[in-house]
Amino acid sequence: MSELTSKTIAELRDGFRGGEFSAREIAEAYNAAVAAAKLLNAYTVETPDEALAAADIADQARLAGNPLSLSGIPLGIKDLFATIGVDTTAGSHILQGFKPTYESTVTTNLRKAGAGMLGKLNMDEFAMGSSNETSTYGPVISPWRRQGSNVGLTPGGSSGGSAAAVSALIAPGATGTDTGGSIRQPAAFAGICGIKPTYGRCSRWGIVSFASSLDQAGPMARTVRDCAILLEAMAGFDAKDSTSLDLPVPRWEANLSSDLKGKCVGIPREYRIDSVPAEINALWDQGIEWLKDAGATPVEISLPHTKYALPTYYIIAPAEASSNLARYDGVRYGLREDGVKTLDDMYAATRAAGFGAEVKRRIMIGTYVLSAGFYDAYFTKAQRVRALIKQDFAKAFEACDVILTPTAPSAAFGIGETTDPLAMYLNDVFAVPASLAGLPAMSVPGGLDGQGLPLGLHLIGNEFDEQIVLNAGLAIEERAGFTVRPEKWW
Amino acid sequence: MSVSPEQVRHIAKLARIAMSDAELERLVPELNAIIGWVEQLAEVNTDGVEPLTAVIEQKLRLRDDQVTDGNIRDDVLANAPEAQHGFFAVPKVIE
Repeated sequence: MSELTSKTIAELRDGFRGGEFSAREIAEAYNAAVAAAKLLNAYTVETPDEALAAADIADQARLAGNPLSLSGIPLGIKDLFATIGVDTTAGSHILQGFKPTYESTVTTNLRKAGAGMLGKLNMDEFAMGSSNETSTYGPVISPWRRQGSNVGLTPGGSSGGSAAAVSALIAPGATGTDTGGSIRQPAAFAGICGIKPTYGRCSRWGIVSFASSLDQAGPMARTVRDCAILLEAMAGFDAKDSTSLDLPVPRWEANLSSDLKGKCVGIPREYRIDSVPAEINALWDQGIEWLKDAGATPVEISLPHTKYALPTYYIIAPAEASSNLARYDGVRYGLREDGVKTLDDMYAATRAAGFGAEVKRRIMIGTYVLSAGFYDAYFTKAQRVRALIKQDFAKAFEACDVILTPTAPSAAFGIGETTDPLAMYLNDVFAVPASLAGLPAMSVPGGLDGQGLPLGLHLIGNEFDEQIVLNAGLAIEERAGFTVRPEKWW
Repeated sequence: MSVSPEQVRHIAKLARIAMSDAELERLVPELNAIIGWVEQLAEVNTDGVEPLTAVIEQKLRLRDDQVTDGNIRDDVLANAPEAQHGFFAVPKVIE
């Protein structure tokens, strides 16, 4: 039933409801595909029994005439989401063996909508990375390869397992999380769609924290419609998250429309960077043409503080991470290093053994910028610049409805090719400003570069306006006609 | 501003991460590169700009003052590396 794995979520849903195939057949096809794709290292845990159990419930619901919105759909879950009784490690050695006794709100919502779980997906340790190379399980290998080459490429990060799984047809959709681009950059690298909603749309409860003022969950799938379907199920008010938006969940799928007549598309001049490959700027120009064809009017806009977004992010995110990751103390859960005398030594030894190099680096930066004497110069300053970045967007949205940019400054790179931390951080140059401003943003595949690797286009909407992001994404999807999938080598 | 090896040692202590001298030595230039890079924020004029406190403006909610998640001791202890008599167990603190 391999053809089942090439269907979109909407097609699976409709085919299942129409009785063309059963939920069990879908789950079995995906379980087999997952088991046969170990070379990608996309899954950290496989849960075929959970997928089958949800499928059997779905099949019964269909016979009883009351299937739910995601009945019959098995999903991959990023290892950052707490899943009851199933290892949840955030890709870190320090959480190895952690089996939550509770379930995250987002995955609870997905289960309540009838979805099953195929397994947990690999990721950069604590979502800190842009290449999936910082995972304690080793890197995910992208299903994509450069033409005529068998060099292993990264699927991007931190939601690299999610991106690789959806792209390689070993999950029809997956959850991701995005702190500074971790849904959008891997979606672009893997030739799929991914949306980060407005901050607060998806509850953070039960998601392992990285930088709480930035962390936001969202779906990754093969089409814009599939993203809308999944996001509707994931989002919603949750009293257990104090920053959860107390707003009804819009009907994003029903309101999808690629007719952009009367809409203005902002093209920020500060995103035109000389060092970005010409192919990427050319795809951006093509994207403008596609949106014009859909009826939209392009307008040049200015986001003057764009160049300060990355340095602002690399103060705020490590600062919040250093606080959040203080909880890994060898006492309550996860790893403990014994064989030291004092409690203080146990903390230090546990954290030394449990955290990888990038996580330590960020905890150190965060601890430094929050330390006595430096707090105002770094952290408060960064929060002031963050306010200016947010104002930039507010002003821009007086003149336009949605903003179009490239998603990432390059296509996927090789594993081990980028070793300088600062060079790695630059991957998120286009993604981070929207994160700092809490805005909904999406990556949609636009085409292939000269080496045959996918490139993404990035849409940013105003607060609460996921709909225009999805609609503009749909307009691009319809015109780009991006249907190419990586050739199976695994 | 740049950090010295002594400062890095102090930060590691604050962060409760044990580090060998070799690790500290390797981190000094890495941290200095990152700190030097983020310091470009100094050139932004932020006079009169309030630091951002909530990325999406909203009121903090109050809930009724009720116990909603008590009586789950065994769940709380389920993942502890060491639990004894219904408590987290740690190396001896007082001699």
